[in-house]
Amino acid sequence: MKRLAPQAHERIDRSKTYQFTWQGESYYAYAGDTLASALLANGIDVVGRSFKYGRKRGILAAGVEEPNALVTLESGGYEVPNARATEIELYDQLNAKAASGIPSLRFDLRAALKPFHKFMVAGFYYKTFKWPQKLWPHYEHYLRQLAGFSEVPQQADAEHYDHQYQFVDVAVVGGGAAGLSAALTAAQSGASVLVIDERAELGGELSSEFASSAEAQQWFSSTKQALEQMPNVRILKRSTAFALHDFNLLLVIERRQDHVSLKQRNEKQSRQRQHRVRAKQVILATGSHERPLLFANNDLPGVLMASAMRRYLNEFAVLCGDKPVLAGNNDSIYALAEDLVKRAGVKPVVLDMRVGYDASRLIAAGIDVRQGYTILKASGSNRVEQVSIAKVYYDGKLWSASAATETLDCDVVATSGGFNPLVHLDCHTGSKPLFSNALQAFLPACDKPARISAGSVNGHSDWQACVQDGAYAAHQILGRLEKSVAPTTVKPELKLLNVAPFFCPTHQRNKIFIDMQNDVKASDIELAIRENYRSIEHIKRYTAMGFGTDQGKIGNVLGIALAAQLLNRSIPEVGTTTFRPMYTPVTMGALAGEEVGLLFDPQRFTPIHASHVARGAEFEVVGQWMRPWYFPKAIEHLYDAQSAEDLHTAVQRECLAVRNSVGVMDASTLGKIDIQGPDVREFLARVYTNAWAKLAPGKCRYGVMCDENGMIIDDGVTACLSDTHFVMTTTTGGAARIYNHLETWLQTEWPALKVYLTSVTDHWSTTAIVGPKARRVIEKLCSDIDFNAKAFPFMDWREGTVAGVPARVMRISFSGELSYEINVPANYGRYIWEQVMEAGKEFDITPYGTETMHVLRAEKGYIIVGQDTDGSLSPYDANMGWAVSLTKPYPFLGQRALTRSDTVRTDRKQLVGLLPHDAQKVLPEGTQLVNAIEDKAMIGHVTSSYLSPILGRSIAMAVVKAGLSRMGNTIYAKTVGGETIPVTIADSVFYDTAKEKLDGEV
Amino acid sequence: MKYSWLALLKEGLKGHQDWTPTWPDVTPQTAYDVIIVGGGGHGLATAYYLARDFPTKKIAVLEKGWIGGGNTGRNTTIVRSNYLWDEAALLYEHALKLWEGLTEELDFNVMFSQRGVYNLGHTLQDMRDIERRVSANLLNGVDAEVVSVAELKERIPILETGKQVRYPVMGASFQARGGVARHDAVAWGFARAASRLGVDIVQNCEVIGMDVSGGRIHGVETTRGFIKADQVGCVPAGHASVLAKMANVRLPLESHPLQAFVSEPMKPVLHTVVMSNAVHGYVSQSDKGDLVIGAGIDSYTGYAQRGSPHLIDHCAAAMIELFPIFSRTRLNRQWGGIVDTCPDACPIISPIPEVKGLYFNCGWGTGGFKATPGSGHVFAQTIGHDTPHPLAAPFHIQRFTTGALIDEHGAAGVAH
Repeated sequence: MKRLAPQAHERIDRSKTYQFTWQGESYYAYAGDTLASALLANGIDVVGRSFKYGRKRGILAAGVEEPNALVTLESGGYEVPNARATEIELYDQLNAKAASGIPSLRFDLRAALKPFHKFMVAGFYYKTFKWPQKLWPHYEHYLRQLAGFSEVPQQADAEHYDHQYQFVDVAVVGGGAAGLSAALTAAQSGASVLVIDERAELGGELSSEFASSAEAQQWFSSTKQALEQMPNVRILKRSTAFALHDFNLLLVIERRQDHVSLKQRNEKQSRQRQHRVRAKQVILATGSHERPLLFANNDLPGVLMASAMRRYLNEFAVLCGDKPVLAGNNDSIYALAEDLVKRAGVKPVVLDMRVGYDASRLIAAGIDVRQGYTILKASGSNRVEQVSIAKVYYDGKLWSASAATETLDCDVVATSGGFNPLVHLDCHTGSKPLFSNALQAFLPACDKPARISAGSVNGHSDWQACVQDGAYAAHQILGRLEKSVAPTTVKPELKLLNVAPFFCPTHQRNKIFIDMQNDVKASDIELAIRENYRSIEHIKRYTAMGFGTDQGKIGNVLGIALAAQLLNRSIPEVGTTTFRPMYTPVTMGALAGEEVGLLFDPQRFTPIHASHVARGAEFEVVGQWMRPWYFPKAIEHLYDAQSAEDLHTAVQRECLAVRNSVGVMDASTLGKIDIQGPDVREFLARVYTNAWAKLAPGKCRYGVMCDENGMIIDDGVTACLSDTHFVMTTTTGGAARIYNHLETWLQTEWPALKVYLTSVTDHWSTTAIVGPKARRVIEKLCSDIDFNAKAFPFMDWREGTVAGVPARVMRISFSGELSYEINVPANYGRYIWEQVMEAGKEFDITPYGTETMHVLRAEKGYIIVGQDTDGSLSPYDANMGWAVSLTKPYPFLGQRALTRSDTVRTDRKQLVGLLPHDAQKVLPEGTQLVNAIEDKAMIGHVTSSYLSPILGRSIAMAVVKAGLSRMGNTIYAKTVGGETIPVTIADSVFYDTAKEKLDGEV
Repeated sequence: MKYSWLALLKEGLKGHQDWTPTWPDVTPQTAYDVIIVGGGGHGLATAYYLARDFPTKKIAVLEKGWIGGGNTGRNTTIVRSNYLWDEAALLYEHALKLWEGLTEELDFNVMFSQRGVYNLGHTLQDMRDIERRVSANLLNGVDAEVVSVAELKERIPILETGKQVRYPVMGASFQARGGVARHDAVAWGFARAASRLGVDIVQNCEVIGMDVSGGRIHGVETTRGFIKADQVGCVPAGHASVLAKMANVRLPLESHPLQAFVSEPMKPVLHTVVMSNAVHGYVSQSDKGDLVIGAGIDSYTGYAQRGSPHLIDHCAAAMIELFPIFSRTRLNRQWGGIVDTCPDACPIISPIPEVKGLYFNCGWGTGGFKATPGSGHVFAQTIGHDTPHPLAAPFHIQRFTTGALIDEHGAAGVAH
């Protein structure tokens, strides 16, 4: 292998020499090289070891289909596992090592197990390691060590990713001859066009033609220049369309920095960008991959694809060997031979399975062309050194090889066994590819709307036909877009490469590799079929064919063809396995985009948040909201040391402050839905269990909402603003879900109701003043509302001006104390909070968080939906039968279900209070309950549990089977820690059962 | 042929020429005692246990495509039994116990790997639910433990346990006996064991009609002709409603796409199974080295076996949230399956009251794979005795009439 003297049209820039490191050794190559071309230019044969047998492997291809040359690129936060050398653009100081080799590329244990390879056939592990089953984890431990390629990077990602949305008339996938031609034609009509190409430079396979065709080069330059100058065209280079979803949602990864040396990467720019492209029309000009010929030891380093050898020669000026043997079953093999002669002065031996191709020009140039020959076996140690060739015959159905073989010395073998059109994207939405006998290939069906294919993916082999096919495809879709451009074109004729039918020698099939990455051999496919794994999906799953990182781009069709022969069926009868996204592997971070770290999910803050932070609040995550959990006070210690109260201490203090004086909490996160329309009362009556017909303006009412099964899904207070205007509050976590629930019923079941919902959760800020002195605080801030307990009774609301701000003040309570909830437009939220703090100073007003709120409401036996209920509690189970009206003209959601036989059982789990016998013992929430100490049968569980400061003892809420009729019984809590705690069933209202505190200080 | 090292050795020396079909391909006969519709793991398991426990019955499994080609071959292979409610926990625990002896029972290595399953908690309510579930599991005889963040950090060093993330991990439940298995092997192993007991496994045989009259079933119309049977057990995974309609039966099911994806194979780095409902994702690393990742369910209904890309993106973000070092790993392949879900997120294992001789085993939602042997066993018993097995009884279709739902949404961490 060597680098040739400068060549016309080469892609490398010899003025820039880059140093790179491979396996710890330093090498040099040029700008424009890929890591693969750089390794080849430096004479490196063995770049990997195979998955199962640890066999030495070299570079097979020049593009994304490469199965062997997997490397680990860089390290630390820049490490890339399993990168393909053929895709990596070389940059200065690049550092790569082989992704395989246990323990090293040079010496692989798996290769040392060679005597055992004959037992390690497809699926051998299903038949062994079985007894005793207990030992499987030990076997598995060692098997796992042998598997896998690169290590997972050890550090978090040093780079970031983003997403961008594109909306275009036409998306063209592939920037080769067909794609560029299609793009140009489409763009000339004025349509917006997006061209997506995976390589650093446009051109695709066309670039390999430049050396031999000035016309190709000229067409490319002028087309590219034209496209680059059109404002309605965007070209995404280094971009891979990896998935095509329904309705032409095309997903594309653009590699923005991977080609830049680490030192020069721009920290502010994303490493990769996912483009989500909605295209009215998609043109698939995706091209094709060559597939190899099969023969024993076809996996030796130095055996590669003919098209790859040609690309390395023409684009990178790398000659992969001085003594080439070229073998093929189609016309394309001769183009490589001509290039070798012309560019490197090398005279290959050309083997053509077929007879009849006119090779007189090559023969005249002194090339040894043997038609009717193919390779049966390759041999060599680190690299191919010899091939055995034989004459082959085709009887119209099957090939056979002559027994007489001849040996040729060589240092490189390039083969072409036909081409696999890249049908992947077309198949992602369920289309099945169609097999063409003339082409010996699966072609895209393109049977989904708004999609067309063009170029070599349609089987075209010459660049002029690809150009014409691209233009033709563009004309087709322009018609659909009602645009046009003259002149129109006709569909080009297929110029066949005359690919011969599939052939797999019968000799040494256990050395013929179908899927190189997963070490699937022809004999494995035979074995699978012998064992009745006859569906191609079974063959794939039993042998692991196509499961590698290359997804079988090279090998699958060969495996299918072999299976067809063995099953005596046609190739289309066997069919392909399913083509799934991703077309090529996609970095996980690129899928996630910006939505990592704190942006993983939107974080919602109330308008008062900054005040809470300033007061040192600890926060609890509730849904997307950050709610103050508690407000720890700083504790002064000796020697100026400081610490903060713990949760327990803070909550004790906050609770007592509310019960004895006044507290304040931020209730802004509760869901708020503005409901308007003439049928609001009827609507509320249907979604809530209780009655709404008579609630007067100025009044509020608590409602319980059930699902169709009659189980509680939400609760909250709804205020009547007028006969046609109400405001509903929902639980914080349930806001979005309940809004959806209500809209679903309105839109799908009750479209006749004139009711309109608007989510106003974020429009309002709510500050609740709670405690016996609440009235005294709010009176200081608001003079236009009469706060007298009789004038403004419990469950009323008033409109007024609080601290100069128009407000709705609701007298509702989640603690049993006198409580005013001041609702103001969100922008005034923090101002009102601070005004309340100021006004409350003289009463030592105490801000409190969710934990104190939970304790206070539990003391009163108020439920929290989602904590005390779990979707299996009816209003009756929750001891809230008082909130159920069965006499409404239109039954509420869940009403019918409440009469079902299981729902009316009297021994259902019911919500009760629990008093631990040890008054200082706080039960862990979630703990299960049993009847007797030794029992294992569960009768319920603890839903809420606290140490009540005002009661000076522990209390809990729980659901217990038939609990409501078992007051005073002793049952037992069985904790996860193994404790058994006796508790007494009690009423769930623990405090102020007479409701004497509701009006506060008079 | 019994599978063993010795057999492999002998065959290896002979070039593996004498291996026999894992299960033979057969042409269906005109009549059977029992027809199982659906050749996935559950259907094949049903056939196996029926043949084992009711040896006089003539049994066929009809599969419209290739066996194991539905959800059996599309799931993330997680096995656990730490369900909340008694009924579910006992059923899945029954399955788990069968898993623990399945490789030996079937003489086929299903690679059941008890590497443990963590269910992470990210909120105070998650932790209450974990406490509740673990407490219930322990009383139900299901192994379970509550694991603190500090302990998690020790056990899974690559897990992000810091507070500087959107949803910091607060703890987890752990079931040591949980793990993963090789999904295809389960189908093949059951197929092999069933066919050795005389079960006919018929591939490429789609049921296109049911002969129901006089309140009972008489057989099924298939793409390969009419086949008579007095008992028909349907185990059709994502297409139960389609099949039920042929017998004029409506099932309370919705069919949704569910997606999963795998990374490229890498060296072992994750030695257990980690699930998080709060951030929507679960992951294990296969023996081959792929990270096998499951995403959330698509909210729309449909039969196309592919889902919405935004769910994959969100799941990738969730994985990076949990395992920041996964960010630069590369995803190789994504796919979708169809899950039939009941309103209470529990399956239906039941005789169909209005059609004598017709049974359905369906509605497993996102959690069917782990139940495979247990589901097959109790369904076989239900069919064999024509009366629900005690563990299957709570999953009778009548529960949607009586209201005796087994609401596992709570256990699945779906907020209420």
